[in-house]
Amino acid sequence: MFSLSGITTALHDWLSGRFSEAWVMLIEMLLAGIAVISFFAILGLVLVLMERKVSAWMQIRLGPNRVGPKGMLQSFADTLKLLVKEGMTPNGADKLLFNMAPVMAMVIAMLLMAPIAFAKDFQLWDINIGVLYISAVSSLSVISILMAGWASNNKYSLLGAMRSGAQIVSYELSAGLAILTIVVLSGSLNMNDIVMAQENGWWIFKGHIPVIIAFVIFIIAVTAETNRAPFDLAEAESELTAGFHTEYSGMKFALFFLAEYVNVFIVCAIGATLFLGGWMPFHIGNWDGFNRVMDFIPSSIWFLGKTFLLIFLIMWFRWSFPRLRIDQLLNLEWKYLLPISMVNILLVAAIAILGWHF
Amino acid sequence: MGAASMIVLILAGLAFAGIAIMVSKILNKASTNPQKGEAYECGVPTQGKTWIQMNVGYYLYALLFLIFDVELVFLYPWAVAAKVTGWFAFIEIIIFFFILFLGFLYAHRKGALKWM
Repeated sequence: MFSLSGITTALHDWLSGRFSEAWVMLIEMLLAGIAVISFFAILGLVLVLMERKVSAWMQIRLGPNRVGPKGMLQSFADTLKLLVKEGMTPNGADKLLFNMAPVMAMVIAMLLMAPIAFAKDFQLWDINIGVLYISAVSSLSVISILMAGWASNNKYSLLGAMRSGAQIVSYELSAGLAILTIVVLSGSLNMNDIVMAQENGWWIFKGHIPVIIAFVIFIIAVTAETNRAPFDLAEAESELTAGFHTEYSGMKFALFFLAEYVNVFIVCAIGATLFLGGWMPFHIGNWDGFNRVMDFIPSSIWFLGKTFLLIFLIMWFRWSFPRLRIDQLLNLEWKYLLPISMVNILLVAAIAILGWHF
Repeated sequence: MGAASMIVLILAGLAFAGIAIMVSKILNKASTNPQKGEAYECGVPTQGKTWIQMNVGYYLYALLFLIFDVELVFLYPWAVAAKVTGWFAFIEIIIFFFILFLGFLYAHRKGALKWM
């Protein structure tokens, strides 16, 4: 049957038959690099188009519809436009930090790809502390934003970066606690083990109400962590023009933009892996017939379907809620979400120890 | 692919960003103009310095974050072993949370959570 892991093993066998071990390794690294870069580019194009189409749909208008069939090539045209724009560095800016920030945002977004299981046996790095790796690397993204804001020599950028710093570090806590609830239930930090633990049903169905609470908290927290509306204080366009990337233009702006969308994809992929079973098809307990029918749908389609469902949810938030003020934002985290998630993880631990989950 | 994937990903990120910026440098035609480098603050000339002292509120939240983030790291080993260690570790974690909660209460009383 068609599967992504089949392609990779076939490729590996084919290469092993022709080249020596070191060359196989090198060629595979090169291929993986090219694959990741093209995946990034395609993801950026698709998500930007999706964002515009979804927002148009929410507001009962057509959205991009001129370039290509149904506006499908709109994001290609936008990329081309950004490519020929001049990338400027403002006077008095810290040139090194200013130019390094978008590259760093990009590299961090790339690094987050490593432990994500895109399909059955299809993963760049099957690291045993996958969840910890994700939390550690994703917390670096605040540094690139602070760098960009500080180096721009612009008051809007500085304000946006500071707000974003306070916001991202605050919401990291409840996101981390929400992730920990699933670690408690599965007893592993490995992404694959967590997916395998959901073989007889996804955690959101198996874990009773505390897991649903954790899921809601996770979605709120990652929306804030990726600076999406209603938590987009870092780039609140009506008060700070564009927040931390006010001074960026051309390709450097595009890199920030792309990194933001890829981050949205990655947090949604993690949410899908932890709560909705990742690449695991929809299984119900020991209904073998039903489970076997579900297995016919390839695992990569399940994974992408769940991830895009969550992305759609986050895009939906943008057009449903008004933007929060910075003090309301921090109050929400420190006075509500953090205490709730701390009590919640104790509840989940009690459920796990008593063995009440299925 | 193992740990080599980290090197691959870092290089891929650098290559992506580098190629994109290089291509755009080659494609665009830069023209110089003294006004172009000005900071964009809605068309009004910039007043004063940008690199100023910020509101202390952000710093307080960063400090609080440090406390809770370290707590979160301590929770990871417990979370993995929660089912194995059972009630003994569970009660210890409750005590741990209680101590943290006292610290949180102190910060709240001192007004660290009030936005100035």
